[in-house]
Amino acid sequence: MTMGTVLALTGAALAVILAGMGSAYGVGVAGQAASGVVSEDPSKFAKVLIMQLLPGTQGIYGLLVGFIALSKIGLLSGNPAELSTQTGLMILAACLPIAIVGLVSGRHQGKTAVSAIGIIVKKPDQFGKAMLFPAMVETYAILALLVSILAVNGVPV
Amino acid sequence: MAVLAMKKINICAMKKDRKAVLEKLQAMGAVEINTSGEEDEIFKKINTTSQRSKYEKRVQNTDAALEILQQYVPEKTSLFSALEGKKEVEEEKLQEIIASRGKYNLMVKNIQELNKEIANCKAGINKCEVAIEGLKPWLNMDIPINTTGTKNTDVIIGTMGPGLTEDIISQMVLNRQPELSGFDVTVISTDKDQTCIFVICMKQTSAKLEEALRAEGFTRISYFSKRTPEGKVEKYKKDIKEYEERIEKLKTRLSELAEDRDNIRLLSDYYRIRADKYEVLGGLLQSRSTFVITGYILQRDEEEIVNELNDEFSLMVETEDIPEDETAPVKLENPKVFASAEGVLESFGLPGRGEMDPTTPMSIFYIFLFGLMLSDAAYGLIIFLACFIILKKFPKMSDGMAKSLRLFMYCGLSTLIWGILFGGYFGDLITVVSKTFFHHEIVIKPLWFAPLDNPMKMLVFSLLFGLIHLFGGLALKGYMCIKKKDFVGLISDVVSWFMLITGLVMMLMPTELFASIAQMSFQFSPAVKTLSYVLAAGGALIIVVMSGRDKKNPALRFALGLYDIYNLTGWLSDLLSYSRLLALGLATGVIAQVVNQMGSMVGDSVFGVIVFILVFMIGHTFNLAINMLGAYVHTCRLQYVEFFGKFYEGGGIPFNPFKENTKYVDIKEEK
Repeated sequence: MTMGTVLALTGAALAVILAGMGSAYGVGVAGQAASGVVSEDPSKFAKVLIMQLLPGTQGIYGLLVGFIALSKIGLLSGNPAELSTQTGLMILAACLPIAIVGLVSGRHQGKTAVSAIGIIVKKPDQFGKAMLFPAMVETYAILALLVSILAVNGVPV
Repeated sequence: MAVLAMKKINICAMKKDRKAVLEKLQAMGAVEINTSGEEDEIFKKINTTSQRSKYEKRVQNTDAALEILQQYVPEKTSLFSALEGKKEVEEEKLQEIIASRGKYNLMVKNIQELNKEIANCKAGINKCEVAIEGLKPWLNMDIPINTTGTKNTDVIIGTMGPGLTEDIISQMVLNRQPELSGFDVTVISTDKDQTCIFVICMKQTSAKLEEALRAEGFTRISYFSKRTPEGKVEKYKKDIKEYEERIEKLKTRLSELAEDRDNIRLLSDYYRIRADKYEVLGGLLQSRSTFVITGYILQRDEEEIVNELNDEFSLMVETEDIPEDETAPVKLENPKVFASAEGVLESFGLPGRGEMDPTTPMSIFYIFLFGLMLSDAAYGLIIFLACFIILKKFPKMSDGMAKSLRLFMYCGLSTLIWGILFGGYFGDLITVVSKTFFHHEIVIKPLWFAPLDNPMKMLVFSLLFGLIHLFGGLALKGYMCIKKKDFVGLISDVVSWFMLITGLVMMLMPTELFASIAQMSFQFSPAVKTLSYVLAAGGALIIVVMSGRDKKNPALRFALGLYDIYNLTGWLSDLLSYSRLLALGLATGVIAQVVNQMGSMVGDSVFGVIVFILVFMIGHTFNLAINMLGAYVHTCRLQYVEFFGKFYEGGGIPFNPFKENTKYVDIKEEK
């Protein structure tokens, strides 16, 4: 096991941890708002559930990058590659976009989802538009995911 | 692909016919009635609030009765009951119910009364239970609760503060009234809230004794009964039993009444229709002996409506084209395949005035992009089959639901095709299973290429699909310009952008930057290169000169034109937005691989197979659900923001004809 492997593993862990934290917060606040709605009007369950799930994707993106990084350094197949410190740092850096943007955008998407749930309560027919606002926030998580995937894939091991 | 043509209709008829005419229109369900006409000296609206609320009240009562029946005599409903749609009922049957509505009204009243009685019994049971609970501390006392004493003695029964003993109480009394004697305190029970005591004393001292006790916080027992506490509890228990028997009897009567549930439903719908009628009636302008209806109809219904009305009543009906200054309501009509995406359009907004209906091109892009984002053959097949089966099994589900399911069915098909192109079958399930359990690796080669192995190629294609989508939007804007004969707008807002963007893309393609990203290099001949410069420069020039064309001031016009060039950044960000096609496509594949890998970790054994199946079921269900949601949300976003942003505003009002709005049944017209 080299220092490089440790750094690369840290990167994979950070991607999963931070992005997961962002999603957990986002899904959490949206879930609180959704519970309030369902307690008044159970027929809106499906709609608010979709809203609650929207901020959940960051965690999945984090998992995705984490997984690609792990398989890149060979930890999954059982024979980890001997990484130089530089390579390890490169993989760590490659994981950072989705880790950090996932954390921040997950939180904000959660808050936007709470407001969107407010739209569903007052104007249930405006579901399409309500869904769009949280989806806007997600764009930046997707851009970060893209760069992370391309970077992890591109690092020569 | 069209917004159906509307016509305005004006009806003038005799006042005596007004209810019949309205009922006829309601049964036809093809006229949207305008109730916002202004009153003048001759034409007034009449107040129908009292009749309307009478019917609304009846709707409430019948609905409440149905709810009570559902509560006590629940009807078995399947998980999919929401998909079954309304029952069909013959018009004849409805008339039958209406004729004997007195009987059913009585039944509704009866049901509500029974419910009230059950509630009363339940309250009674509750009261008894509380009383039993309250008597528990007294159970050790074996004299009647209302014992007042014997010939020479008085008995005082009551409670004091918690945690007292007989000695302490006696001492308390003596502290206050030292001369008192001849009394005896018995503690019956004590708990954390109170001490229950029983005091016996001589008649002459009882007043003073009680005063002393009261000063220490004594209160007399609040039950009055000639029975002992135990006897009283027995009595309460008997009462509870009686109440319960009574409830059972009431419930049996309810279940007898529940046999007429369907008829009550029909009645409820009848009242609902009537309430609607009076609401519309209240919005109509009426003179002393005539009334006027104005509204909108579909052009294709025009002849039928006019004929039917003329046949049945003596009235005047005329139709006219929609006046310039009026916005007609919108109804869409599309071929069945494309109509499935109408729901997606509706949730953004129907076409506004003078806009085209973009459903058909949008639905094609929708199905294409959705499949690209999910891109797994097995998932696609599952979605397709599930939607197909539900659609076949519940042919009477509501229209909107059927459309969404049909859309997802096509999306499933598209996902299947993309999955085959990219080689995803539950991710890499076949490879993993063959390697783990059969020790012989089988790899199904993708028909095109695997995005995970070559993400840059996939990125370039995502952006290419995005460019096509955006150009599609721009072309539709051009189409609308042509329809409006706005050729200046066509050249300066549409053609100019086509030229600029195409020119810029062509300039970018031979560069090294592009070659390094796309891993494809293009060599253009000098003529093509010149063409690209000409296109870009020409496009930019037209935009600078023309986009501020409604401004008189040349400096301002030029400045606005330059500012419009800044919109290039908007195009860039729109285009980059399509990188989500790659990201979401990879997400599906990679999570599926994670699931497969986790499942195969236990290895090749019976236990391993069981673990694999469990992980497979849970993991892939989760992955399918979450990625379907993602594909749905992001396809919508690409349509709403990127595609519609180029040409479509929406804001139309849906056509909402006056019809029989029922909740439980569909009334079949006799022909």
